[in-house]
Amino acid sequence: MLQLENLSYQVPDASDSQREIIKNLNLTIDDHRFIVITGPNGGGKSTLAKLIMGIEQPTEGRILFNGKDITRLSVTERAKCGISFAFQQPVRFKGIKVKDLITLAAGDALSTAGACEYLSKVGLCARDYINRDVDASLSGGELKRIEIATVIARNTPLSVFDEPEAGIDLWSFNNLIKVFEELRDTGDHRSLIIISHQERILNIADEIVVIADGRVKAQGRKEDILPELLQDTGSCRFYQEVQE
Amino acid sequence: MDAIQKELLEQVAGLHEVPAGAYNIRANGEAVARNTTAHIDIVTKTDKSGIDIVIKPGTKKESVHIPVVLSQSGLTEMVYNDFHVGDDCDVTIVAGCGIHNSGDQMSRHDGVHTFYIGKNSHVKYVEKHYGSGDGAGERIMNPETVVILGENSFMELETVQIRGVDSTKRSTRATLAKGAKIIVTEKLMTHGKQYAETSFDVDLNGEGSSANVISRAVAKDDSHQLFLAKINGNNRCAGHSECDAIIMDNARISAIPEITANHLDAELIHEAAIGKIAGDQIVKLMTLGLTEAEAEAQIVNGFLK
Repeated sequence: MLQLENLSYQVPDASDSQREIIKNLNLTIDDHRFIVITGPNGGGKSTLAKLIMGIEQPTEGRILFNGKDITRLSVTERAKCGISFAFQQPVRFKGIKVKDLITLAAGDALSTAGACEYLSKVGLCARDYINRDVDASLSGGELKRIEIATVIARNTPLSVFDEPEAGIDLWSFNNLIKVFEELRDTGDHRSLIIISHQERILNIADEIVVIADGRVKAQGRKEDILPELLQDTGSCRFYQEVQE
Repeated sequence: MDAIQKELLEQVAGLHEVPAGAYNIRANGEAVARNTTAHIDIVTKTDKSGIDIVIKPGTKKESVHIPVVLSQSGLTEMVYNDFHVGDDCDVTIVAGCGIHNSGDQMSRHDGVHTFYIGKNSHVKYVEKHYGSGDGAGERIMNPETVVILGENSFMELETVQIRGVDSTKRSTRATLAKGAKIIVTEKLMTHGKQYAETSFDVDLNGEGSSANVISRAVAKDDSHQLFLAKINGNNRCAGHSECDAIIMDNARISAIPEITANHLDAELIHEAAIGKIAGDQIVKLMTLGLTEAEAEAQIVNGFLK
């Protein structure tokens, strides 16, 4: 179980004052849940994902993972506690091969067949990729799928995906939905948190959390939240106010 | 040879035992083992220190190993090795120098390797440098490589210096005839207070000749590196140099590429990039459970692999 208690995150802005990205946020994510976090751009979703992984440190509040306070733990320590993270913009490396990265993710010596299994899950033919460098020779979509494969290979109790759909083509997207469905259905006590704007991803969630202006605007079962969200699509409060 | 010398030999030439093919092993300034084959002769020079390696025309799939090891503190030597590679050959030459210095005096190995490569021949030349020992005496190597490439010949030159050499000044000069090609890959890592200077000077004289000089370097601690790559296009030719470097701690790196086109159809490119390890690379590996130090080591090892 992941608990975020009174979490705040501030950054200095141009005028030297503090801008609050996450505002006294409270959120509990139970085990074995498939959660999609959505909301408007700039609302704090990606920041929240980074706070969970420890890439950013909160200015106030606590993060508890399975009852343990992990607020001040490093990224490495959180990874070892069982949290994994898929970057919105995957990192490129000169000289590190796809197999190396997946082996590091799996955490032990991995046979080529083992690495292939993870790659085929994300729709890549392992033979074409296993010995390639994770560098600029890979397209954005290929890199994204490899990123997701590293998270699958880690097989941790909690996985956080920051906008997995960003930058991938339609065919890969269909595959991605299947990957998430499989992770949802086969995970024993695993939880998935996916930051997404995509209706089709929202549609396979158990639960939807709407984050706007650094706060939880709504949280509940997909059946309750999704219809409301879809109704809202295209509505701009400013535009509405101007019209009024 | 003693255990230290054997260890050095393994580091610089990957040799656990006597290699197949031709070889000349030099330890503490003296030849300790030599083998010649029907196609490859090794002759000691009479006018100065060094050897002539003569490879007969048409020699294919043979190798020559000429490693040098120094384990006696305070030894300074200068050798001249000339490689005469006939036409239509395909050979691999492995050189390399290992210095173990546990004393207080400087140990130094300087060498000039000159290659005369015949028409249509392919030579792969691998040179590794390695230093060990905890003495205060410096370990110094200054290799000089001169390559004269005949028509349509091809040389792959790989140099590696990963650890333990306090000071090195490497100079490589190549002259290419019609259709000749050279690919140079350099891997260099410096640490402590080490200084390394590498310079490449390539003359693309022949029509259709080409050169590709690729350097990957990592400078750690207080070390200092200087990379110079000079390519002169004197005919219709293609030249490319690339220096890609990671800087860490208080190290300094200078990259000075120079390309000169003396012919309308000379196509020359240089690239040089120096930077620290990207923070997001470290964070990505930390999300996989590596510590910051492990992540850094993984990135550096991959970069130099």
